[in-house]
Amino acid sequence: MAATKTLLAALAAASLLAACSSTEETAATGGAGGAGAIRPGSQEDLVANVGDRVFFDTDRSTIRADQRPTLERQARWMQQHSAVQVIVEGHADERGTREYNLALGQRRANAARDVLVANGVAGARIQTISYGKDRPDALGSNEEAWARNRRAVTVVR
Amino acid sequence: MNTPFLQRRSLLAGGAATLVAPGIWTAPLPAAAQGAAGGTVVDITRARTDPIPIAIPAMAGIGGDGARLGQQIAAVITQNLRGSGLFRPVERAAFIQSAEQAAQTPRFQDWRVIGAVALVTGRVDATGDRLRVEFRLWDVIPEQQALGTVYNTTAANWRQIAHIISDDIYKRMLGEEGYFNTRIAYIAESGPRDRRTRRLAIMDQDGENNRFLTDGQFQALTPRFHPNAQQIAFMSYLNNQPRVFLFNLQTGRQEVLGNFGGMTLSPRFSPDGRSVVLSAVRGGDANIFVVDLASRRERQLTSAAGLDVSPCFSPDGQQIVFNSDRGGDQQLYVMDANGGSVRRISFGNGRYATPVWSPRGDLIAFTRISRGQFAIGVMRPDGSGERILSEGWAMESPTFAPNGRVLAFQRETPARDGRGAGYSARLSSIDIAGFNERPVPTPTDATEPSWSGLLG
Repeated sequence: MAATKTLLAALAAASLLAACSSTEETAATGGAGGAGAIRPGSQEDLVANVGDRVFFDTDRSTIRADQRPTLERQARWMQQHSAVQVIVEGHADERGTREYNLALGQRRANAARDVLVANGVAGARIQTISYGKDRPDALGSNEEAWARNRRAVTVVR
Repeated sequence: MNTPFLQRRSLLAGGAATLVAPGIWTAPLPAAAQGAAGGTVVDITRARTDPIPIAIPAMAGIGGDGARLGQQIAAVITQNLRGSGLFRPVERAAFIQSAEQAAQTPRFQDWRVIGAVALVTGRVDATGDRLRVEFRLWDVIPEQQALGTVYNTTAANWRQIAHIISDDIYKRMLGEEGYFNTRIAYIAESGPRDRRTRRLAIMDQDGENNRFLTDGQFQALTPRFHPNAQQIAFMSYLNNQPRVFLFNLQTGRQEVLGNFGGMTLSPRFSPDGRSVVLSAVRGGDANIFVVDLASRRERQLTSAAGLDVSPCFSPDGQQIVFNSDRGGDQQLYVMDANGGSVRRISFGNGRYATPVWSPRGDLIAFTRISRGQFAIGVMRPDGSGERILSEGWAMESPTFAPNGRVLAFQRETPARDGRGAGYSARLSSIDIAGFNERPVPTPTDATEPSWSGLLG
């Protein structure tokens, strides 16, 4: 059990690094800013200093105890940056059927949003959307990729 | 959609011309040789039957571009019948009598000795834009004409004529409706998996006449044909709001269906085409609603906690099968069309999903996920008689051909590496008896097929 937990923590770290270096994230924050200059309240800031995503168990949408601190940090960060609005994107791994995974991704996004709201973020600042299994982050077909893809990602609008 | 003019006349009786499809006219042709109908009807209710040996020489050209189209029409008929797994077209190299002579008067002895029990002949006149096809089906052993029809249409409709003739032969020889004059709607997929383009697409059941209906700017998912094949319900991410839309094939227009204040998904038309059943996510639950298309009034059918998705009407419109995790994991449930009398029907090993009711009413096809493998199977509407037809790493979205005899579905192959190389998704079809699985050709990767009803 302890081994599983360590593995998941390592996976989370790996995906954060991946997100930092992706061109998509750079584009989302406007690209400029120069090396090391992270604008507070930006997606880059969220990814680097808070954590933009939480992970789920197979077919589940309950927020795991080990993931809850990330959402609590996100809530504090959103209170610091009161103008920030976000979309929480819910995702599923490829080991399910498309329609069920669309609903499951939505339920995961809603579950993450509920934790943000419970921690003081106004619901009006949070939109949700589900992409089901159709926008994987990890492209492999293995347990490690699936664990990374069962996620809810908070994206600054 | 196309077909401005197509006419059919029977070559058996002396009936008047009949409109069989938009722009397709038909009329009877008197029997050219001895006798009329009678003859062979093969029983295919058994799981497997030896395929019927049938000779399909090129149709004879009697004018204009007739010889070339006669070749092509015979080739499409051959491919359709062979593809069904229920016919075995005899090799042309074995033919003794020439196609031209057979089209005049078949020498049955010549066809009997090469093992054919049925013979298809025809004559094609294609002058200018007009196309006239005389088609006859012969029972070789009793030496009788079984079918005879003249089709008058425009040259552009030659493929549809070939499909209609294929359906005529299928029905005459097997005693049930065919499925060749049909289309398949599906999602055309291209690009890397994390940034995939997904477009609504439509094609003939054999993969010809492919058209992309959306440009891929917004992701499209889960297409479902209207019973009249003129509309498609699907899900679009237009403006990043995933909702169910209707696409009108005649006008090319799309419109959102209903206003549920959240994601709507898994649409399916009722058998009478007057309503759409779908799933809407509100809060932590997904519930099933039915939307009346005339009034646009919605009615909620389920309210239990959990995700209720993938609803599908029975062909009599009295019941709905759907997928729910209300009991802990995904299983199949049937309820009355008004939402009452919900009962679980899947009890095998694993999770069950994507139920779809056969147009015959006798079976429900599904996806099963068990021990890391996916499978396509069928069961009776009460959950008994479960049979797995095909298994693989990932497969889903079965859809029935209109005769309930064949299923199409998507089959995926896994990525070989962390960059997703090797992943693909393609369409397959299979006989509901579990044999004759074959690829359905598509120009790109393809998912979520939806088979139309017969077009003519």
